Amino acid sequence: MNKLANMNSVLCSIALAALSAHAQADVKIGLSGPFSGPMAADGQEYIDGFSLALEQLGGKLGGQDVTVTQGDDMMKPEIGSQVMRKFIERDRVDAIVGLGYSNIIMANLRRLKDSGVVSIAVAGGPSPMAGAQCAPNVFSIAYPNDGSGEAIGKLMQDKGYKNVYLMAPNYQAGKDMINGFKRWYKNAVAAEVYTQINQTDYSAEITQLQLAKKDAIFVFYPGSMGVNFIKQLKQAGVIGAVPVYSTFTVDGTNLPALRNAALGVVSGNTWNPSLQNPQNEKFVRAFEAKYKRTPGTYAANAYDAAMLLDVAVRKVKGDTSNKAAFAAAVKAAGAEFKSVRGRFSFNSNNMPIQDYHAFEMVQEGSHFTGRLLATPLSNHKDAYVSACPLK
Amino acid sequence: MLLLAQLLNGLQYGLLLFLLAAGLTLVFGIMSFVNLAHGSLYMMGAYIAASVANSTGNFLVGIAAALAGCLAIGMLLERVAISRLYDKDHLSHVLATFGMIMFFNELASMVWGKQPLFVAIPALLDGTVDLFGLQYPLYRFAVIVAGLAVAAGCYLMIHKTRLGMLIRAGANNTAMVGALGINIKLLNAMLFGIGAALAGLSGAVAAPILSVQAGMGEPVLIVTFVVIVIGGIGSVKGAFYSALIVGVVDTMGRAFLPLALNAVISRELADAAGPALASLLIYLLMAAVLAWRPQGLFVAKR
Repeated sequence: MNKLANMNSVLCSIALAALSAHAQADVKIGLSGPFSGPMAADGQEYIDGFSLALEQLGGKLGGQDVTVTQGDDMMKPEIGSQVMRKFIERDRVDAIVGLGYSNIIMANLRRLKDSGVVSIAVAGGPSPMAGAQCAPNVFSIAYPNDGSGEAIGKLMQDKGYKNVYLMAPNYQAGKDMINGFKRWYKNAVAAEVYTQINQTDYSAEITQLQLAKKDAIFVFYPGSMGVNFIKQLKQAGVIGAVPVYSTFTVDGTNLPALRNAALGVVSGNTWNPSLQNPQNEKFVRAFEAKYKRTPGTYAANAYDAAMLLDVAVRKVKGDTSNKAAFAAAVKAAGAEFKSVRGRFSFNSNNMPIQDYHAFEMVQEGSHFTGRLLATPLSNHKDAYVSACPLK
Repeated sequence: MLLLAQLLNGLQYGLLLFLLAAGLTLVFGIMSFVNLAHGSLYMMGAYIAASVANSTGNFLVGIAAALAGCLAIGMLLERVAISRLYDKDHLSHVLATFGMIMFFNELASMVWGKQPLFVAIPALLDGTVDLFGLQYPLYRFAVIVAGLAVAAGCYLMIHKTRLGMLIRAGANNTAMVGALGINIKLLNAMLFGIGAALAGLSGAVAAPILSVQAGMGEPVLIVTFVVIVIGGIGSVKGAFYSALIVGVVDTMGRAFLPLALNAVISRELADAAGPALASLLIYLLMAAVLAWRPQGLFVAKR
């Protein structure tokens, strides 16, 4: 019942925002992501994080009324392209927030660049977007895909591991992550195993892993793949016996489904509910009060995207008609808005310059959460910026 | 030992597939009905087991609830919707049951939310067994034992009971069974219900291993169709053997194919091609079986 009431209140506020939109000139936002299908839990994070920020800003961005239109990309590139086209051509939005996963971003990079519409990715940053195909109006408020892989690679190198077993799903982000890891981790690799994307049973791979010689494990399994993989790894007695390092495999979206299975796993991320700064404490407290669950990384990034737009719209005094000026304002606002991650700014390629942390999953009372273990890379810039012609 | 462990993995996966395939093949074989929503019943089983186990603290109660719940859902579904579709063509079946997939997925995310659910392994089965130095999850052993028990139960039911006799008769000639005064409507409903209950059981058993969430039924449904095509449509025995074959082939492929490729081609290429080829393996197997014996390996005698 509670959930329905929550949903109703969200719908109402969106409807109200839509009604008031006709009254005066306002800011139009297209919010896209995987809102149905197996990744719908992640998509819900975008919506909830962005809605919460809007609510805290009194339903306005930079003092202007806001209309939010949602577009469900179902995690399919062809559907994502339809959504983007509708946002750009029919809805004529001032900014697109979300953009879905890397497969959707890559399918639309050209279209977004040509449109000149401010576009802010909240769940990734594929390497071409950070490098040769960068655009003045396309931003990632999240991270380059391999950023956290680099951080965990450095951490494991510093800790002196000599033979690490690597596993990731067989797609672009999986390979990016492993490459980022190997950019900083220089010792031997026990094996590099890629599994089918959205595979559910890992018994065969885990048996191989158990019998291999290794002194630690590094894996990347986002979303529900992480639930399946970590559960099965725990059931085989690997977690606790061998150090397990990961990126994005365990976070707020799937920790409730994992609970004690993930205890002791180290997860590389740019953000965690436990991160201590006033902006984050305010965000986490309000999110938990409103949605009765712990926010995940995507909710935090979507919340940041709204706060960023708030500053940017104010900088152009509400006039978003000049797209180039608005994009420049967004870039400058990157260093001014208060991120829940603390220190934040945009590099010349519109990728974040930020800290990359490692969190260990611990139990506090009946609550499972991440505890800050280390910050292997601080104020870190990605490896692709030199390929981007932007200044 | 590595081979043994992977055989066990394959056996366990195969038995889980059998629970799904048994119901699907009966419905397909006897009523000539294509049921794409079978995966949704698997999902409902997992959800019911998860929420009942979490609220009662007893996983066995959860399994019982999933069985009963899916039996009820299956029979209700048969009465309300599916029985109206028997005289339509296969395309209508596909369209209608595809709609049901969306209905059940949406229902699940409305009732249980979009976040995956947590299910604990019962304390008794939580842990590992030492298999000559390899730690093997105890729960997977339990799945193997339970799967074999259900398979034996199915065999007994089909070959030793009156209901089983009717099912076998129905698989051969439905019209004749009806003409002999058997209530074919009731038989159909029961059959559909039993298939649904088995799918629910499969989902319930998988719940502590997998992420319980909306849409979890579709990937496994595709493999289940491969199983019944290889096994021969309408044959429970065929479904059993073919589920084991598919389970073992898939597991062995994933375990050893990348290694084998590594020995022949460069590591980079093997890393990329290995998982892709391994996931293709069961479809290649299906294609080979279709070319050699289009009716399936263990087709029911006509």
